[in-house]
Amino acid sequence: MPSLPAVSKTHEFDVIVVGAGGAGLRAAIEASREGARTAIICKSLLGKAHTVMAEGGAAAALRNTDPRDTWKVHFRDTIRGSKYLSQWPMAMLHAQEAPERIRELERWGAVFDRTKDGWINQRNFGGHQYPRLAHVGDRTGLELIRTLQDKGVHSGIEVFMEVTVTKLFTKDGTVTGCLAYERETGKFHLFKAKSVVVATGGFGKAWKYNSNSWEYTGDGHTLAYEAGAELMDMEFFQFHPTGMVWPPSVRGTLVTEGVRGEGGILRNSEGKRFMYDYIPEMFQGDFAETEEEVQRWLDGDKDARRPPELLTRDVVARAIRSEVKAGRGTEHGGVYLDISWRDAEYVKKKLPSMYHQFKELANVDITKVPMEVGPTAHYAMGGIRVDHESQESTTVRGLYACGECAAGLHGANRLGGNSLTDLLVFGKRAGEHAARRALETKEHPEIPAEEVQAAIDAAVAPLERESGENPFKVHEELEELMQDNAGMIREAEDLKKALEGLAAFAERVRNIKVGGNIQYNPGWHEALDIHNLLVCAEATARAALEREESRGGHTRADFPQSDAEYWQHHNIVLKKGADGRMEVRRVPLTPWSDEVNRIMEASAEELSGDTHAEVHPL
Amino acid sequence: MAETRSSPAHPRGFFQTFRKDAWWSYPLFTVIVLGAFGVYSLWAAYTGIAGAEAFHYLDHGRDYLSPFYSPCITDACAEGPLAGTITGVTVVTPALFVMWMPLGLRATCYYYRKAYYRAFFASPVACSVDEPRKKYSGEAAFPFVLQNLHRYFLYLALLFPPFLLYDAWLAFQVNGSFAVTAVALVMLANALLLTGFTFGCHALRHWVGGRLNCFSCSNVAKGRYGLWRGVTWFNKHHGKWAWVSLVWVGLTDAYIRAVIHFGPSIDPILFGGA
Amino acid sequence: MKRTLTIFRGTKENGRYEDYEVEQQEGMVVLDAIHRIQAEQATDLACRWNCKAGKCGSCSAEINGKAKLTCMTRMDTLPDGPIRVGPVKTFPLQKDLVTDVSWNYRVKKRITPFTPKTYTPEEAKKGEFNMKQEDIDRVQEFRKCIECFLCQNVCHVLRDFPENKEVFDGPRYMIRLAELEMHPKDDADRIPYVKETSGVGHCNITRCCTEVCPENIVITDNGIIPLKERMSDRYYDPLRMIWRKLTGKS
Repeated sequence: MPSLPAVSKTHEFDVIVVGAGGAGLRAAIEASREGARTAIICKSLLGKAHTVMAEGGAAAALRNTDPRDTWKVHFRDTIRGSKYLSQWPMAMLHAQEAPERIRELERWGAVFDRTKDGWINQRNFGGHQYPRLAHVGDRTGLELIRTLQDKGVHSGIEVFMEVTVTKLFTKDGTVTGCLAYERETGKFHLFKAKSVVVATGGFGKAWKYNSNSWEYTGDGHTLAYEAGAELMDMEFFQFHPTGMVWPPSVRGTLVTEGVRGEGGILRNSEGKRFMYDYIPEMFQGDFAETEEEVQRWLDGDKDARRPPELLTRDVVARAIRSEVKAGRGTEHGGVYLDISWRDAEYVKKKLPSMYHQFKELANVDITKVPMEVGPTAHYAMGGIRVDHESQESTTVRGLYACGECAAGLHGANRLGGNSLTDLLVFGKRAGEHAARRALETKEHPEIPAEEVQAAIDAAVAPLERESGENPFKVHEELEELMQDNAGMIREAEDLKKALEGLAAFAERVRNIKVGGNIQYNPGWHEALDIHNLLVCAEATARAALEREESRGGHTRADFPQSDAEYWQHHNIVLKKGADGRMEVRRVPLTPWSDEVNRIMEASAEELSGDTHAEVHPL
Repeated sequence: MAETRSSPAHPRGFFQTFRKDAWWSYPLFTVIVLGAFGVYSLWAAYTGIAGAEAFHYLDHGRDYLSPFYSPCITDACAEGPLAGTITGVTVVTPALFVMWMPLGLRATCYYYRKAYYRAFFASPVACSVDEPRKKYSGEAAFPFVLQNLHRYFLYLALLFPPFLLYDAWLAFQVNGSFAVTAVALVMLANALLLTGFTFGCHALRHWVGGRLNCFSCSNVAKGRYGLWRGVTWFNKHHGKWAWVSLVWVGLTDAYIRAVIHFGPSIDPILFGGA
Repeated sequence: MKRTLTIFRGTKENGRYEDYEVEQQEGMVVLDAIHRIQAEQATDLACRWNCKAGKCGSCSAEINGKAKLTCMTRMDTLPDGPIRVGPVKTFPLQKDLVTDVSWNYRVKKRITPFTPKTYTPEEAKKGEFNMKQEDIDRVQEFRKCIECFLCQNVCHVLRDFPENKEVFDGPRYMIRLAELEMHPKDDADRIPYVKETSGVGHCNITRCCTEVCPENIVITDNGIIPLKERMSDRYYDPLRMIWRKLTGKS
């Protein structure tokens, strides 16, 4: 078998960005703008990253649709949505900088839906007090990534498409570069870099029913973890309340929250609108209690409260699961989501891809009949622990993370619409700081040849083994293990079972054998990706076992209550120990500043009366 | 980088494809209908050389002019708004003075181009069916670069709907009083179909408003946006208008000829008439 | 129900169609079948895919000779008998169902990107463009494009004449140009590019691109034809040319 066990090309860059979704592209654009020689390495073709799946919109207090909105209200919504575990300095930067990041996109060619007066339109979404999401129908993510892609290719960034990073190199706690293989040929490339930005997204492929693509295997999480970075909030995984449940082949495919934002109603098999029964204490009084009030809200009455379908995702997902578990689910184990009461043309205009998706894949016309939906693994709140300002890893110098693979902003639960502005705000910051650091660094450090060779040997091992297991089969079983034992609802016993199972998997992953040669061989790619998934799955299970309470995207059947005393003030951090084992520790949250206290306690009127100075550099 | 044309994954040669559907049905339909229309319209135009009796029915109190000859501008015609504008030409048929304009609109029409490039030039005969010619330059080179003059045929063709409507109006009179005859209805439909086809023209769509980048930036632009939307409505089904109006104009002519030949017994008066 | 898929395996030099059998489940799409084959019979079967929901445009292939997204093609909509799955034809074959689409990215790069107009005073105050929805409806239609390149694949100008890649940008970039040219806030003039470099004249509007578009973008009638008309305004309309000479206005 013709394997290529040597580096075929070595590159030197100031900044390497791993991942070309919204966060990676935004980081690369900024790094290049700062004057750094920048390259972007992506697993797929440019513009195909997971960002295209974001449908509903990007949350920013632009104040176009409801002038009562301000960054402070957005900030408070984010903290409350995070169930108080967000790193508040990040949430603050996010809420403050999001509007400018959106406006900047428009100057780069993004074309958002408009209000009647011609400004960027904003829509309602779960957990956001006012209509806040800049959007383009239900394909906002596509608009975002296409805009960034077009901006990026004209910014002098070098793009390595269909190239996968398998190893980050460090020297004395500082990143020095990475090793990657070219998908088409299997050739290995060595990238020397002064800064590396990891923007690889999440790891939803650890669960059986998920809304993620094959790329979502936690590569960045694992690369960083193995290079010595800390992971945080790994127990919090967002199960999006509305994924398709039928037909079986599309189970898990996302149904945008925009459906509920446009007035979609959740009902159980008895026809009952059940969300009224699930309003948590924290939000009592904030949501409509009658159909009549909901209707007024939809008609634009600013005094009416929001429908309970727009509660945060963790709440809605748990409610759906409870209904199904109580025997009030649909034929295929979901609940009904009904938008058919709205005008058919309106639905087609505002939710075109949902219309299309159900029509083509399920033979269902959503303008006429309700959809069947259920929770699907969607988004990793947890990720690489970073500095609030610079997005640099707390432990590895020169390593930056942004987007879904970084932790901090979303805490225990992410609000819909915050991911798109997350990747813009912190993508920019990561790129900026990565570039500055790189420009201050004089020379590229050497990467020892033995280390490189060892990494190559490890990568090609599955191809060279005489015999072993099928990687796809191993992955399938791993998904089942996680779905059954570390899914939406967890219990100590199950989590222990998951950890035992994962230990066994570690052994099996070391014995995977793939057939065929090194050129464009999905089996081989899968074999390498599983290793990453395994690390993320273990981190999830360990952190979940540690957190003995229920909060946001982490629900313990054996500890169903939230613990306001202790756990509300602690994050869980994981790090690779000297012995190679995963170490778990608890880290107290930064106490709220006076300003945060004021914002969190203020009345709605107080916050809306207060607008920050708006600065728009041209 | 020179790419070779052969691929082990695709069949090669005229009409070669892995498609399993009836991809040949559209070009076949086009060859038959467009071919039949071409032959018929040439014949119909040629017959006019014999004089107005061949295409203009003026008997039993009726006045039916074949659409191929409208407006009739030679002295072969005794009646009509432009009759006798050109005199002394007897060697060519009066149809030739007018027919080329609407036919020119059709010949350069963005819809018909699809139909005949596929059916008559096999370029391509159908999507994903192999087209193994040596070279292709499409409308970037002579002669097809002349298709860019489509708009001039539009300007000329825009003159025709009023005449056809006028002809239809005359047809609704029998012995000088209002009547609804079968031919009159056919002629009215013909006038409306041609109007619908013409109003859906891509060049018109561009001219009335498509050229603008901002529809809301002035009151004039807002007005043009309204026109653009109107033309867009017709344009959406330009292909259907094209086929139906094409077949209909042939039928209209044939019906009038039939009445000339067989007499008014095949042209019932449905309403009115003294 | 058992179903046979006849899938292209191999490279340009050495390739052939091979049969695989899969169990067809309810609602199964062709990509599901390919995944099953990958998992159980041929782990090195190469195909691209990402979102599996018709949003990313990665999984383009030719199914029974027709260009489609494999993730949006339900097997129960295909006629009985074996299903033939091959790579797209227009781009150089890499392996199995994967082709080298990098030419598209090179074309994209040479098109002048969005060039914003300066803000009006009102816009500057707000930091946003003021555009009415009706002014951007056309632009948004084109921006729905997911870059699956199916239109580039079925366009006979590129598909049957590889040398035309030097002179014709293809439907995907025609709508990119149309999107930019119709943008109410764009300040660049790409009409000379449309004529000279993009080679819009090569299009003979046979509409295969429009028929294949999974996003239902009316590529030809809403994008390419308006570009041709704009080009005609500038280069092929003698009256307009005289008018411009006389008045200095466009």
